[in-house]
Amino acid sequence: MALTDKDITTLEKKAQEIRETIIQMLVAAGSGHTAGPLGMADMFAAFYFHILVQDPKNPQWEERDRLILSNGHTIPVRYAAMAHAGYFPVKECLTLRKFGSRLQGHPERLRLPGLETTSGPLGEGLSQAAGIAYALRMDDGGTKSAGLRTSATSRRVYVVMGDGEQDEGNVWEAVMFAGKYALSNITAVIDRNNIQIDGMTEDVMPLESLRAKYEAFNWHVIEVNGNDIRAFITAVDEAKTIYEKPTLIIAHTIPGKGVPDIEFDYHWHGKPPTKEEGKRFLKEIRTMGGKVPNEYA
Amino acid sequence: MLNPSAKLSDKIFSDALEKKPTRDGFGKGTVEAGKADPRVVVLCADLSESTRAEWFEKEFPERFIEAGISEQNMAALAAGLAAAGKIPFIASYAAFNPGRNYEQIRTTIVLNRQPVKVCGMHAGVSVGPDGATHQMLEDIGMMRMLPGMTVVNPADAEEARKAVVASVAMDTPIYLRFARSATPVFTTPQTPFTIGKALTLWEGKKPQVALLATGPMAYRALLAARALAAENIETIVLNIHTIKPLDSEAVISAAKRTSRVLTIEEHQVAGGFGSAVAECLSAEYPVPMRMLGIQDSFGQSGEPDELLEHYGLGVSHIARAARALLSV
Repeated sequence: MALTDKDITTLEKKAQEIRETIIQMLVAAGSGHTAGPLGMADMFAAFYFHILVQDPKNPQWEERDRLILSNGHTIPVRYAAMAHAGYFPVKECLTLRKFGSRLQGHPERLRLPGLETTSGPLGEGLSQAAGIAYALRMDDGGTKSAGLRTSATSRRVYVVMGDGEQDEGNVWEAVMFAGKYALSNITAVIDRNNIQIDGMTEDVMPLESLRAKYEAFNWHVIEVNGNDIRAFITAVDEAKTIYEKPTLIIAHTIPGKGVPDIEFDYHWHGKPPTKEEGKRFLKEIRTMGGKVPNEYA
Repeated sequence: MLNPSAKLSDKIFSDALEKKPTRDGFGKGTVEAGKADPRVVVLCADLSESTRAEWFEKEFPERFIEAGISEQNMAALAAGLAAAGKIPFIASYAAFNPGRNYEQIRTTIVLNRQPVKVCGMHAGVSVGPDGATHQMLEDIGMMRMLPGMTVVNPADAEEARKAVVASVAMDTPIYLRFARSATPVFTTPQTPFTIGKALTLWEGKKPQVALLATGPMAYRALLAARALAAENIETIVLNIHTIKPLDSEAVISAAKRTSRVLTIEEHQVAGGFGSAVAECLSAEYPVPMRMLGIQDSFGQSGEPDELLEHYGLGVSHIARAARALLSV
């Protein structure tokens, strides 16, 4: 289904709504991560409003696609996207990180229907995605020794990882496993925003060349601008055509995207905006950094 | 005297009593479980022969998953398989599973409540010549601390088979502990087995000491009870295969009847089985207690029996500790 310009505009609008909700929930929580979720808002708008085969009213639907969030600290973006997609009321987002909330600081599957896993400790999402993908292939057909998806599973497994997360050894165990068994029903996404808590990824622990590394492990790799919704969806579509191996999309994003004040600044990895900053950030999001009039003002 | 309702082997004190490692029970049990339920899958981290995972692999090659030497990946993979409706067993040496992959087990399996069966092989000093790196003595402690985790340490290969088969029906995670060296198979297919239920092996008329043992130590406790009976010291011997949830009713009842409790385990006493019994009794029915086990040290190379003697887990050590308790 070709995406019209109008479709893209609608998705971009969803991404802005997700960003607004992220700021509001982080201000209300008083703690949490800001830069990553803002940078990932475009891909999550794409996932929840275009890509995923899902039913927000029936989160356990057997035929759904699975979306695993491996870097669990970026969960505000997923909560916001899920709420706007109808999994739960948007106002519940303001309970983030509060006592008794279903929206735990790091996501817990048992507390909120629609999360596929419990995550936060890094490096484990791809392994779980591989387990799910392997099981789906056992059920849907295909032989493991040939590696090829001889009888294609329609259910796909998406897994979003951070770039700093690639420091974890467990990631590479899973990369090897998915490569060996040619789990082509997996599409992994790395949010390549180049920041982690202690600084820039290439200073803390250099990751490059990520593409060459994954290719060497028998993965198909696509690089896109992760803040370009059309480009991201095109990459996801391309992954569906690759039957021989799993696909990695390296989604280059701007940390803090949408709030020019904090874009690219790693100091915003792990802290929330204050109430005052929140007001200013919301205005920046709504006016796209002054480029458009603030319709809410 | 032996508890007749335990239906123990009729060769129990004979030299003809068969010896097998509890890991054989894992191999046999997974094959049995695999036949009964097509959702059962077995994962291994490059140790399929010694863990006996290859017994399952031979029967069900399409349901055997070789993860390579990656225990962390294997644990989280299994969480994913379980999330998609499979019933996974993950097998490697206990030193690595759960030794290496504790956090993956904690987050992706236990907190995430996926019904994965974590199978720790070659546990205890009785793995022998491999030495301290491979002699896992902290696994029971690590696993029983996890909220909602079940911990089972079978006494012999037959009980291990039953434990594996019984675990399939559980919709919560479980840790199963197995040993490398061959030990007496003193239970029979008719011996009752229920996860969470202790089994009385021996019961004196007016018991003065309760010997609470877990794993293959249960047989040694029985031999000690027999020796003590010859000295007119009456005991109760409980095989406590399920360390969590502990059969507190059976433990308290044994304490009430004897007023003296001795625990026996091939594991660190700190945080292990004896600690679990102490947690129960100190709150419910405090009595003088002693714990036999590894006393805050690592193992070393040697033959299994030689090592168990060295670390104070011989039959004579059990009997001596029971006698000493009488004067408390």
